[in-house]
Amino acid sequence: METTKVKKMLFILSKASLQDAYAAFVMANGARMEGIEAEVFFTFFGLEAIQKKKLNDLHTSTVGNPGMHIPTMIGGLPGMESLATNMMKKEMDKLDMPPVDEFLEILSASGAKLWACKLAVDMFHLKEEDLIDDLDGILTIGDFYNRADSDGSQIVFI
Amino acid sequence: MEKVFNNIAVITNDEGYLESFDQWTPELAEEIAKEEGIELTEKHWEVIHWIQEQIKNEVALTIRGIKKTGPVDIKTFYALFPKGPLKVSTKIAGVPKPKSCI
Repeated sequence: METTKVKKMLFILSKASLQDAYAAFVMANGARMEGIEAEVFFTFFGLEAIQKKKLNDLHTSTVGNPGMHIPTMIGGLPGMESLATNMMKKEMDKLDMPPVDEFLEILSASGAKLWACKLAVDMFHLKEEDLIDDLDGILTIGDFYNRADSDGSQIVFI
Repeated sequence: MEKVFNNIAVITNDEGYLESFDQWTPELAEEIAKEEGIELTEKHWEVIHWIQEQIKNEVALTIRGIKKTGPVDIKTFYALFPKGPLKVSTKIAGVPKPKSCI
């Protein structure tokens, strides 16, 4: 069996766009599937991905996203974001990618740890009941660094 | 390449997956599992048979698939094959390693 030097992958998700959230989820899930530990720390706008009321309404950004290959002004027109978001969701469904709520459930069941950033939770005036039930807790960034305090740990900022 | 598991010689790829399912036997599964540090229980067998069924029906294996139609939940699946659930269970089941990222 192949062995890897990476023992633990820790992700900091700071953005609220659908593609950024999925990047964190796919990489965290991929780590677990390889037998690597995984944790995700949700901070600033990344908190949108673990707020019960908001998590299934994440959008693909069409402005300031060169990957969309449409002029920025057109990307800013009403309806463009939801059009792009729906297209992306359709493609993801074809690949059997779960929606955000189900993905979080899968991650939690897979043993990935999900944390909310204390500073950002305070800043956005959120309460624990606003956040998903599968959340493992609210941490300071220092607490999170301590969780990476072992050989073979990698932190990735998204 | 040829690989010998306790007197059973089989042809595997570089990662240790069987080249063809025809070579698979329950005895071989026990041996591959041992190499992965797993003692097969009834629950393991349920998963192995389910995986073989999926492959026969040409259903792509994903973690989500386990959740939808699998014999155990995701938590149990990880507990049964902690070193990588799909990666290890497919090896024991004698089917190709899944190419999916999810």
